[in-house]
Amino acid sequence: MTAEQILERAREVIGRPLGAAAERWKAAHPGGRAVAVYPVWAPAELIHAAGMLPLALLGGGGLELTHADARFQSFVCSIAKSTLELGFQGQVTGVDGFVFSNICDVARNLGSIYQRNFPDAFVEYLHLPQNSTSPAVVGYAAAELRRLADGFRERLGFAVTPTALAKSIEIYNALRARLRALYALRIAEPQALSTTELYAVLRAATLAPPEESIGALDALLAGLSQRESRPRDRLRVVLEGAFCEQPPLGLLETLEEAGCYVVEDDLLLGWRWFTGDVVTDGDPFERLGAAYVNQAVPSSTRHEGRQHRADGLIEKVRRARADAVVFMPAKFCEPALFDYVLMKQGLEREGIPHLLVEFEEKMWTFERTRNEIETFVESMLFE
Amino acid sequence: MTASAVTERQYQGQAHEHSRRLMTAWMQELARAESERRPTGALMISGNCVELLRACHILPMFPEVTALQNAIRKKSLPLILKAEQAGYSSDNCAYVKADIGLFLDGGMGPGRPMPFPTITVCNYVGCNVYVKWFEHLADVSGSTLFMLDVPFARTPEPSPADVQYVVAQLRELIALCERVSGHRFDIDELREILAHAARAEDGYARAKQLCKHHPAPFDAYFDAINLMGPINVLRGTPEAAEFFDQAVTEFEGLVAQGLGPLREERFRTVVEGPPPYPFYKSFRNLFARWGAVAVASTYSTVGGIWEWGFRHDPRRPLESIAEQMLRENLTNRSIVARYAQIKRYVEEWHPDALVIHSIKSCRLFSAGQGDMRDYFTQRLGVPTLMVESDLEDPRYYAEAQLKNRIDAFFESLEHKKLTASAAATAWRAAAEGEASGYER
Ligand code: SF4
Ligand code: SF4
Repeated sequence: MTAEQILERAREVIGRPLGAAAERWKAAHPGGRAVAVYPVWAPAELIHAAGMLPLALLGGGGLELTHADARFQSFVCSIAKSTLELGFQGQVTGVDGFVFSNICDVARNLGSIYQRNFPDAFVEYLHLPQNSTSPAVVGYAAAELRRLADGFRERLGFAVTPTALAKSIEIYNALRARLRALYALRIAEPQALSTTELYAVLRAATLAPPEESIGALDALLAGLSQRESRPRDRLRVVLEGAFCEQPPLGLLETLEEAGCYVVEDDLLLGWRWFTGDVVTDGDPFERLGAAYVNQAVPSSTRHEGRQHRADGLIEKVRRARADAVVFMPAKFCEPALFDYVLMKQGLEREGIPHLLVEFEEKMWTFERTRNEIETFVESMLFE
Repeated sequence: MTASAVTERQYQGQAHEHSRRLMTAWMQELARAESERRPTGALMISGNCVELLRACHILPMFPEVTALQNAIRKKSLPLILKAEQAGYSSDNCAYVKADIGLFLDGGMGPGRPMPFPTITVCNYVGCNVYVKWFEHLADVSGSTLFMLDVPFARTPEPSPADVQYVVAQLRELIALCERVSGHRFDIDELREILAHAARAEDGYARAKQLCKHHPAPFDAYFDAINLMGPINVLRGTPEAAEFFDQAVTEFEGLVAQGLGPLREERFRTVVEGPPPYPFYKSFRNLFARWGAVAVASTYSTVGGIWEWGFRHDPRRPLESIAEQMLRENLTNRSIVARYAQIKRYVEEWHPDALVIHSIKSCRLFSAGQGDMRDYFTQRLGVPTLMVESDLEDPRYYAEAQLKNRIDAFFESLEHKKLTASAAATAWRAAAEGEASGYER
């Protein structure tokens, strides 16, 4: 397949309901199970090692709410409501399990409310460690992963062996290496791969078995090296804050059309969570747990005691040779909005310009945002 | 309103005064801490380990208490606005904004009424905002941040791995405290403190059980605030234990006399959610005039659910602290586990209704309360009122709207009660008729 074909296919795949991805896979794997994970990170490796299909549970985008808005108040982010709504509207039929974690108070409540409303589904809530420095943390993280594996065995009938887990970690290492390569390519030649395109392939990779995605990404990387494109006079920006609720594709397009090259972002961060390969010698549960603690990218949903929240972002800006940061938190997203303050102060100390643009997954007009971004870009490019 | 408004007895009680005295003494200690070179440790209220700081001779401070006090004194809005000017969103928890606003406003720090904490101990017990809040507090104050990560209650009992993880962190915290205070930790001192704590917990639980009486001797939501200071902040001191013994004696006296906080207890409620501190009294009045008394509340259990019997155990000091943090408090449990807690109140405290006060700031409490309402009305048939405002930000309190909702709810509840009692009278008469018929 050519790069264009792969991109086209990715766009098509991400336009379908989540349940369709599960059903398609199950048709080829009779008796199989699919487990979807809510942002930001969950061990897809573990689901894969159990022989099940890992999927990302990313809300309903512009889905109209008929039930969930009576369950969650107006001051709650949209993705929580639309994720529940997916269940009410039967859009996740075929998905057998749902994994939530302690990213924020809303996600925490959503997990148990999801289980109450859909008692037949396998719903698990992970408490991912927030202490990054205790000598006890890795042991705890490994125990939490084992607990999830026990749940798969007891309630879904699929066990995880250490050998299978080590193998799955390797497969995901390979997938993440491709994703890192795509991100590196975008830093080097942002004209060769737009963010809308990168987002589409990345999201498509959350809807397919990793082996399949690895093949597609290899073909894409090969194809992109042939792509002819001329660099334009655009502002290189880091996009920060859209790690959970998904920005509409139209918004990402607007950002680019308004004069930005997004050279780094935290979109679908959990699927690119580790800064390097996770080692697989020794106990793989422990290795994966240790990697969560010691090899994680900076994130608004994980406390890092060894580094100031702003420093991670500043490093990202430098590494990507960006000129500015566009903060794009989802409306009502507490972790993103809190971090915004510390990160903004850090950027200001370093003299790095920034812009704040809030979004909602269901927004569909972008004119105001376009104006704001254009003004920002102009002020930077022509100052 | 169909019936005449109920009035308060204008009786605040000794517990109220006693609590105020104790809390003032603690605040004064805090204000002197800097000049006396006493180390201080910031903690969160929910499922806290105040006993441990006490045993390490570190004076505990609770930014949540400062925030709520500023709200009650109607001082929160300017602080919130200061924080918003600095970049905090109008959608962020206003407790945090009031606290950081206090710093920005010059009310916290060296030589200020509120000292900087020497250490910032984030007891991450359920609330994710805690993590952010204390990251920010440590950032402005430059104090050492200790992240005490408490796994969320997601299994019927905490796993051995959960307990080990928390206990290991408690040991690390002790080591940090020793370095900061220069005081050598003594496990026997901790045991003694835990014994005082257990006595206070026992008193708090007994006080709550007394609210099963008709009328309840105090309002388990609005008056519970007098008990929450001593149980959450001063727990582990002999004074707090003594406070509860006296409070229970006082409440028992009221029960014996058949007295409650209002002249008449017309409706018994269970209240879910924190109160609107900036309008505490006004909000209370909206219920009091209907003769509505809270006989149980979830908010009073954020620090610990003592009424189900858990107590700190001096024989297992660190383990029992860990268990309390892991399981025996509202905040570290899921919202659906809270449904079970409320259901138990409904079954054992016999309320007429559930009142859900939905707080914009606090998603931990509120996110998904529509589902809770659905559960109680649809599944259990409990009359449920849901109203919305905020615990700290006065901008979200709309008195007229609240009053309309509350009045309409109690009017209909009263109507139901009247119809139910008329039906019961008719049923009794018919049953008696039938009974005498058999006799014949
Ligand atoms: S968008 Fe933000 S607030 Fe909402 S669930 Fe995700 S992380 Fe939580
Ligand atoms: S979200 Fe709720 S529990 Fe957490 S700090 Fe704010 S008011 Fe307190």
